[in-house]
Amino acid sequence: MMKFLHKFSSPPYFYSISGRMLPWLTALFLVLLAYGLYGGLVTAPADYQQGDSFRIIYVHVPAAWMSMFIYMVMAVSGGIGLIWRIKLAEIVSISSAPIGASFTLLALVTGSLWGKPMWGTWWVWDARLTSELILFFLYLGVIGLYNAIEDNRTASRAVAILALVGVVNIPIIHYSVEWWSSLHQGPTVTKFAKPSIHIDMLIPLLVMAVAFKIYYAIALLLRCRNELVQREQGSRWLDEVLEKV
Amino acid sequence: MMSSAFKMKPIRRARLSLILLMVAGVSVAAWFGLRSFNENLMFFFSTSDVVEGKAPKDHLFRLGGMVVKGTVQRPGEGLTVKFILTDMAKEVPVEYTGILPDLFREGQGIIANGKLTENGVFVAQEVLAKHDENYMPPEVAGSMKTAQNKESAK
Repeated sequence: MMKFLHKFSSPPYFYSISGRMLPWLTALFLVLLAYGLYGGLVTAPADYQQGDSFRIIYVHVPAAWMSMFIYMVMAVSGGIGLIWRIKLAEIVSISSAPIGASFTLLALVTGSLWGKPMWGTWWVWDARLTSELILFFLYLGVIGLYNAIEDNRTASRAVAILALVGVVNIPIIHYSVEWWSSLHQGPTVTKFAKPSIHIDMLIPLLVMAVAFKIYYAIALLLRCRNELVQREQGSRWLDEVLEKV
Repeated sequence: MMSSAFKMKPIRRARLSLILLMVAGVSVAAWFGLRSFNENLMFFFSTSDVVEGKAPKDHLFRLGGMVVKGTVQRPGEGLTVKFILTDMAKEVPVEYTGILPDLFREGQGIIANGKLTENGVFVAQEVLAKHDENYMPPEVAGSMKTAQNKESAK
């Protein structure tokens, strides 16, 4: 396992294997997305209270999950980069930031669009919404800080520390609806009990969640390859790869 | 995995412990901070808080509760609505003039933003519906209701 990780983190090996993984991941993503969208928008029954408006959860909830998941990937790989100074970990960390920021914005916007007809307001400053907005600003901070420092490796280290400090926000987002009274409802799926959602509605939601995860993997690999090529300009392995193209 | 963690070079182990220390420190700081702001982070007061006099008297605050079944009245032609909110312990009458959100209905949780008048009526300027975490098709909701009614008839 460690041997595999060690091999995987070497730039030339990563570059070639990620190139071979991408078409498969893209195919899998398209299949899951098509199934999830069809299941969510067509076959799932309408909700007893919200009617068809509830269908926004097939985008909103997976996007919100991804916003937190990607943050953890960014912080943990940033930490690995800090401790072991592995180039690829630094690249994974910074490449995750724009993807995570996009998912966070998507969760905020879809939530707002749903909130207007259902709650009666676009936005309220309750604990869940506010902590998610802070997550968005954390992502922007990470991106901004990285670009403010000239040297890539110094920038990666500075960004990793910021990302690790921001980790404290993740449990706050998750538990905000339980610790404090909020307008946002409590957890439906991620709790230690039977999910309070009908099974026909739940399956497309989980499929969409997996599809979003795979989309993240695709976007991450593409961004990492891009960043790797930029950082490794002039190295021998890269010249060999480019000669073949 | 474990054995390799023990064999870490001293400099790496020092970095790892520094990082863990930093995350722990920030968590403790956040915990204290959030604890001291606990009341401000509460989005709304419950109806019991209002009856017990814990809610602010002179400025706007939010009141959350469930609309008691059969209490929604529309006196007159306008948009004014009167209803009673409860948290299953204490009740507070509410008055509101304006458009209600889709999810507003009897038996549903709502949050109203407004002021308490001297005679104990909460005059809302804004009413928000609080959605619960349950999602189900109408048929299931219908059959659950009949099951509940049977249960209460016994």
